[in-house]
Formats: sequence, C-alpha cells, structure tokens
Amino acid sequence: MFETLSHLALQQYWWVIISLVGALLVFLMFIQGGQTLLVQIGKTDKQRDMLVNTLGRKWELGFTTLVVFGGALFASFPPFYATSFGGAYWAWLLILFSFIIQAISYEFRKKPNNILGQKTYETFLFLNGLLGTILIGTVVGSFFTGSEFSVDTFRMTATTTSESNITRWENTTRGLELLGNIQNILLGLSVFFLARIQGALYAINSIDDEAIFRQSRKQVIYNAVPFLLVFIAFAVMLLTSKGFAVDPQTREIYMEPYKYLHNLLEMPLVGIFFLVGVLGVLAGIAVTVFKNSTGGIWFAGAGTVLTVFALFLIAGFNHTAFYPSTFDLQSSLTIQNSSSSHYTLTTMSYVSLLVPVVAGYIWYVWRSMNKKKISSEEMENEEHAY
Amino acid sequence: MEEALVDWSRAQFALTAMYHWLFVPLTLGLSFIMAIMETIYFKTGNEKWKKTTRFWMTLFGINFAIGVATGIILEFEFGTNWSNYSWFVGDIFGAPLAIEGIMAFFLESAFLAVMFFGWEKVSKKFHLTATWLVALGSNLSALWILVANGWMQNPVGMHFNPETARNEMGNFWEVLFNPTAIDKFLHTISSGYVIGSLFVIGISSWYILKNRHLQFARRSMLVGAVFGIVSSLFIVLTGDSSANHVSDTQPMKLAAMEGLYEGQEGAGLVAIGVLNPKKTVNNDEQAFHFRISIPRLLSLLAERDMDAFVPGMRDLVHGNENQGLPPTREKMKKGDQALKALNSYNQAQKAGKDSLASAHLETFQNNYPLMGYGYFEEPEEVVPPVGLTFYSFHFMVILGFYFLLLFVLVIWSNINDTIGRKRWLLRAALYTIPLGYLASMLGWVVSEVGRQPWTIQDLLPVKVSTSHLNAANVELTFWLFAGIFTILLIAEVSIMVRQIKIGPK
Repeated sequence: MFETLSHLALQQYWWVIISLVGALLVFLMFIQGGQTLLVQIGKTDKQRDMLVNTLGRKWELGFTTLVVFGGALFASFPPFYATSFGGAYWAWLLILFSFIIQAISYEFRKKPNNILGQKTYETFLFLNGLLGTILIGTVVGSFFTGSEFSVDTFRMTATTTSESNITRWENTTRGLELLGNIQNILLGLSVFFLARIQGALYAINSIDDEAIFRQSRKQVIYNAVPFLLVFIAFAVMLLTSKGFAVDPQTREIYMEPYKYLHNLLEMPLVGIFFLVGVLGVLAGIAVTVFKNSTGGIWFAGAGTVLTVFALFLIAGFNHTAFYPSTFDLQSSLTIQNSSSSHYTLTTMSYVSLLVPVVAGYIWYVWRSMNKKKISSEEMENEEHAY
Repeated sequence: MEEALVDWSRAQFALTAMYHWLFVPLTLGLSFIMAIMETIYFKTGNEKWKKTTRFWMTLFGINFAIGVATGIILEFEFGTNWSNYSWFVGDIFGAPLAIEGIMAFFLESAFLAVMFFGWEKVSKKFHLTATWLVALGSNLSALWILVANGWMQNPVGMHFNPETARNEMGNFWEVLFNPTAIDKFLHTISSGYVIGSLFVIGISSWYILKNRHLQFARRSMLVGAVFGIVSSLFIVLTGDSSANHVSDTQPMKLAAMEGLYEGQEGAGLVAIGVLNPKKTVNNDEQAFHFRISIPRLLSLLAERDMDAFVPGMRDLVHGNENQGLPPTREKMKKGDQALKALNSYNQAQKAGKDSLASAHLETFQNNYPLMGYGYFEEPEEVVPPVGLTFYSFHFMVILGFYFLLLFVLVIWSNINDTIGRKRWLLRAALYTIPLGYLASMLGWVVSEVGRQPWTIQDLLPVKVSTSHLNAANVELTFWLFAGIFTILLIAEVSIMVRQIKIGPK
C-alpha cells in the first residue's frame, strides 16, 4: 500500500503525523497549565488535592505524547533530531529537566517520608508547567525564525572528534539564544497562557466542586487577556515576516517576504484550520465565561489542535524549510532533504496504522475514567490518591 | 579537550542509563507478578488476594514514576549528546524508538490510570485486563529499545547511502529478528523478572522476620519464588545463547569477558580468577595471578564444539594467520580507504565527474563493512577495558546461580513449611534484593563496556559519535543529572521503605 507512494508523498504524510502529534501535545499541555494554577484554583488543601488528582490521571498521557513526538521525529526526520537536539542543547535539556521533576511529583507529593515535602513537589509541578510550555513554544518558534547551525556531510570522513560533526551549532549559547528572539518568546508565552486556560477549563470539566468551578472560571478570564495579546502579536509578526522558502526546482533556499502569509493563502484548507482553530479556542473561553458551561475544554481543545496543526503545516509545507538556518541558509532542513529513506518511511507508515487503534483505546479509557467527576468524597475514600 | 567531550558524554549516558536501570527491571518483573496475583483474585474472588495485589501496586507506582523520569532523558540524549550517531543511523535506530512509543508507552500510560484508580470505576474484568496490558506494555517497550541496542551490537538489515551519509534500513524484519537483539531482549527481561521476584521474596521475608502480615507474606513469597525459578532457568538459557552470538559478532568482547589474550583450541571457561593488570596485548606477562577454569567449556559455549578455537585479544589485534584472522592494522587500512573513497566520491560528484565518482563509490562499498576502523590511530584502540568487562561478567554469572539456589531453597522451605524457622534464609532473601540489581547492572556493563570502542560495531567508534559541543556543557549537565537523580533516588527509597513498613492495608 505505502510502497507505491512517492518519497515526497511519504515525507508529506509524515510531516502531517508530526504536526498532529505536536498539536495533540500542545492540547495535553492543559496538564502543565493546570500545574501552574494549583494555588489559584486550589485555595484549600482539599481543592488542591482534587486538582492534582484530576491532572495526575492524565500526566502520563502528556508525557508519552512528548516521548512519541521525539521518537517520531527521530524515525522520520533524523537529521532534524541530530541538528536540533544536539545543537539547541540547553533549550532541550532545560525542557527535559522540567519533565523529570514532573514525573515523580504526582506520585511522591503526598507519600509519607518523601524527603522534600509536599510544597517542593508542588513547586516542581509549577516549574514544569512554566518552563515546559514556554520553552517548547520558544523552540517551535525557531521553526519560523531559524537557528545558527551548519550541515555538511563531508565532515563525516574527518577522523577527529571535533572535525567529524556533520551538524554543528555555530554559537556558544547552545539554544539559549532562542529566548532572545521576541517572536519565539511570543509563541512560548502563547503556549503558556493557552495551557493555563485549558488547565482551568479541564478542572471545570472534570471536578465536581462549586468553588473550583468559580476559581477556574476566573482564571480562564485572567489568562485569556494576556493570551490574546501575545498570540495576536505572534500571529502578526509571523504573517508579516520573511520566510524560508525552497525553490522547487533547484531546492535552493531563499528568503521570501510574507512567506507564511502566502502559505496560509495558498493552502486554503490549512488557512481554514487555522481560523476555525482560533475560533474554537475563543468559543471555549466564551461558553465558559458567558454561559457557565462545563464543556469549554472540548471547544478550546479542538481549537488548539487545529491551530497548532495548521502552524506546523505552514512551517513545513508549500516549499518551506521547517528548520531554517540563519547561519547558512543552504543548511536549512526541509521535509525533503531531512527525511528518512523511502523504505523507513514506508515501514513507519504501516506502524502509523496503529495510531487509530491507540487513539481508540485512549478515548475508551478516558471515557471510562472520566464518567464520574472527581469529588471530595473520592479523595477521602480512594486508597491510591496523589 | 576532545577526549574530555567523549568521556563526559559517555559518563552522562552511563549515569542516566544506570539510574534508569535501577527502576525498569522491577517494573518489568513486578508488573507480571501483580497481574498473576490479580488473576488469582479474579478467579477466586478472595479479597485477600486483592489486598495483596494492591500493596504491590503501590510499590510499583512509586518505582514506575521515577523510571519514567529517567527514561525520557535517555531517548533525547541520543540527539543531545550523540548527534553524529543520530545522523548516521537515525533511519534505522529511530524506528524502534518511535514504535516503542506508539505501541508500548501509550498502552502503559493509558491503562496505568485504570490500574491505579479504576478499582471502583470499571468492571473487575476490565481492571484485570488493564493490569495485564500494563505488564505487556512495559515488556513491549523493553523489546523495542533492546532491538535498537541489539542493532548497534550487530548491525544488520541496512546499507549506507553515501549521498546523505546515513545508513538506511533495507529490511525491517532483519532488524527486528536480529539474533543479537532477540537474545538481548529475552536475557534482559528475564533479569527484570528475577529482580521482581527477589524484591517480592525479600520484602515478604522481612514481614515474616518481623512476624507481621504472615499470610500475606507467604502468599506473595510463593508467587515470587515460582516466577523467579522459571525466570532463572530462562536466564541461563538465554545467557548461553547470548555468549554464542557474541562469539560470532563481537569476538573481542567475548575475549575480554574471559580475559583471554591468547587464542586457544579447547579453551576453558574461567570460574573465578584474578587478572594481572600489567598484562596487555603487546607483552608476555601472565594474564592471571590466579584462576580456576572449567576445561573446554568456553569453546563449547562459543562455538558449540569442545575443541574449537576461540580467538584471544592478541589474535584479534595482531592477527592469526593459521586461523585466518587478519590483523587490526589491515582492517584500519580498509577503513581508511573507505573514508577516503567516500570523500573522493563526494568531490567527484560535486564536480560532475560521474565515471570517477562511480569508481570511488565501488572502492567505498568494498571497504564499507570496516569503515569504522578508519577512525583509529593505533590497533590497540579496539581492545575494551578488560578488567571491568571480565569482573562484571563473572560476578554476574556467580550471582545468577546464587539466585537460582535461593529460589529453590525458598520454594522447598515453603513446601515443607519450615520457612518461618529458617531465619538465616529469610535474612539472606532480604539482603539479596540489592544483589539482584547489582547483577543486572553488571550485565549492562559487560554489554556496553565490552563493546568499546564501538557505538556501532565495526562502523562507528564512540569518538566520532558525539555532538559538536564544548565538554564543559556536558560536564555541567552530568552533575545536574547526578544531583537530581540522586535526590530523587533517596526520596524514592525513603518512600518505598515507609510504605513497606506501613504494609498492606
């Protein structure tokens, strides 16, 4: 089935999958967002427990999605994996550190003799929510603004450690410089505030408690304002900026004014995804604020997935370099020059047929576990609570 | 400076891998033990079995979280610290990692929530299924990562694309059913099962020693010991088969495992021995200060023939004409030719000289299987650290047989109902818990130190696998990881000990 597809078709198929996993990852960052709201939404210890427990039953899913995002990129676009992770070393390692401290915090937080104390683990959760979202957003921001690296396969034949690197990061700040770019930071902050909005919406949806509803609704409003400001600023910068275009014939990379705006207009379906996505997020906020609905997370969640999906697509499709180099334009990575071979992509495409099955059981489990909302009685009676 | 980068990168990876391996094996073993216990509960409806299952589940949860925390780092470290490696083999190595995520991690993470929180929310049957799926998920993840590791030890099913400087997969099934990978998977997961069993038996023994939860402890102990004995027998079989494959694909590793410098026909297997640290492949010192060997067993193990020749490190470095073993220097020449031809091919191609390019390509392809040797300066570089490999291997084997004996004694004493009186056995079982971890860790040392200096056998040495980083960056992250993992480990052990003291609810 997949064998008959062209290499380009497979590359596109895999970029769609990467985009989708990236989009789902940002949706699942409601967990991170919620972690930054423990104090604001959980005014009492019991409320905090309910919030931690509702997020804690999903943290594994978010974590796994991050791991799969990394693994899928490794399998389908290995040169990106080598260039970005090995290059933007500190940006990625800070992200990873923030996830290490997340992984144990739920389980250890309330256990007796946990050495560091409940407060420390809650701080860990907060740090993961803060750094994880902002830094991942910032790194993805560099898909549109570029990084300073060079690629040269000739170096492979050098026999010394320092000469033999095919891909080199050409500055000493190793990814921290990405934080100095305003457009990257705006995307990072957008992800952060969006995650907080979603965290509050998820709390509303999954916890049966009047006070939590009130406090969460308030947080939706408080975070919606800065979110809109930073996101609109990011969108304006993105759509008016020059972009990294690829000449389809010569494969040469060049700067094209309004490239990302062109991508939206030239791929109308992606443009519609983007618009509908943004409207979905707004609708999620609106039904919560104006109608006191508990279903806002579904609008906002679907909206987030569509918006992020569209952003990834305009980064990689329509003859665009998805991981551009500002140091050496021709080193920029495109879905064509940085994918796995036809055979590997074909094999992985068969594996991708499992995705609907995985999505199916995740959905089934989610439904079974969320049928009944978390309540304070459950917190008292449940033997295994976070 | 360059050496510092390679050393720190290795140290960081070893640190993360070893911390990760403190938690994973228990996950592998305990998940099945819990699933068996819950199955008994499901079949009998006896609430005591539910209580037993839930107790071990609590310990599982504490252990699992920290296993996940250390695991994510490993995946990304291939990119952050070994970017040349990732570039070189991502086509092949990335696939099992991605499949691991899609096939195994989602299974684990989705059903873990049901296993922990679903007792009152889903049916008994669904809950039991979830527990089994968690066990299956963790073991499947071991399969895929070990397929990836096995491929590095014995690269099969691929070819090199000189245009992209990358190895590309040629046959997925060859990669998956690579005999090295299959042995590695079976041997490694069974070591996890043994650790799971030792853990359950050790803690149950502590309860019996303290005269607490006696019924619970006896119940758990029996399940643990039966599971342990089956796993131990399996570990012997897979160990034997692993040694046999190592002899084919990594003869240098086998020679280092045995401290074998001079090749021999009818070579004996060292039972215990003390190496002479002054011995090298270039001098005539005695290899051992002291040793007891089992005659001809190494030949039997390695070649399935008691009289067969097993090459020593000296034969592999300096060559052995009688046995048809070329000296390493010859391989280095071929490797060098491969690298030069690759370079010339690229240049000819850029200049549009097609016929010249194809001539270089041919030279390259003829020499590619030994390309990695082209990166060495001296033939002795192909010898791994012998002491570490040798002692790790022998301690691991001795411990493995000791565990088998312990399982037999525990089952025997349970059958004739004397376990309560054998306080020495209970104490031994308790103190054996850390030895289980030690044995498994030593196994990894044999596997990974023994294959030095290669990242990918014969193709890519460690020294050209790193990222283009200043060593100071890696040194700093090493200490950050060391600090945070150590703190988390202390917290984990402290919580675990407390939960054990609290006992089943």
